[in-house]
Amino acid sequence: MKSILSLLTLTLAVTACVTINIYFPAAAAEKAADKIIDEVWQLKDGVSTPASKPAESPAK
Amino acid sequence: MFIGNIMQKFMISFLLVISLLVNSGLVNAAADLDVNTPAISALKNSMQSRHAQLAAHYASGAIGLTADGLIAVRDATALPLKDRQGINALVAAENNDRNALYKEVAAGNGHPEWQGEVRNIFAGRWIDKAQSGWYFQRDGGWVKK
Repeated sequence: MKSILSLLTLTLAVTACVTINIYFPAAAAEKAADKIIDEVWQLKDGVSTPASKPAESPAK
Repeated sequence: MFIGNIMQKFMISFLLVISLLVNSGLVNAAADLDVNTPAISALKNSMQSRHAQLAAHYASGAIGLTADGLIAVRDATALPLKDRQGINALVAAENNDRNALYKEVAAGNGHPEWQGEVRNIFAGRWIDKAQSGWYFQRDGGWVKK
């Protein structure tokens, strides 16, 4: 019983590590990139709307 | 056997806590990336003010966007003589900031190993958002947008 449980723990721990490490939030990264690029290139007159930007359509 | 029971209960609650932690970590990562760290803000400001100098050079085709999220001199002859000397330093400074930015976005969100993926995402978005007439690299060659 004990060995089964420790095996279970080990399996869970290992899969948890793998999941966390390979998981890359591509959509969130795109959003972050858009926000930064808009500011650097000043694409959306950022002076008037610094914080709350409406969800932009993906343009393509 | 009593001790065995306690042990079992302890391990099961341990498993529960671990799985909760794992789940909440995933949910946080999926929601948003934090891009408001002081380091990222400083890089953004530095790049924004440099862009005033770079914009004309993108438009003339003197510099272009590379496939790895950086910029490069494409055609120095498109530059006015007065700018030819300084262009390499300007491009190098911009690329330093860009490399640092990708590193900061990854590390600032607790995953330095994401740096390469962050760079790839940015590379695509810089090009998507570039003005028409600007040059970007594709398959090793320059393409006019």
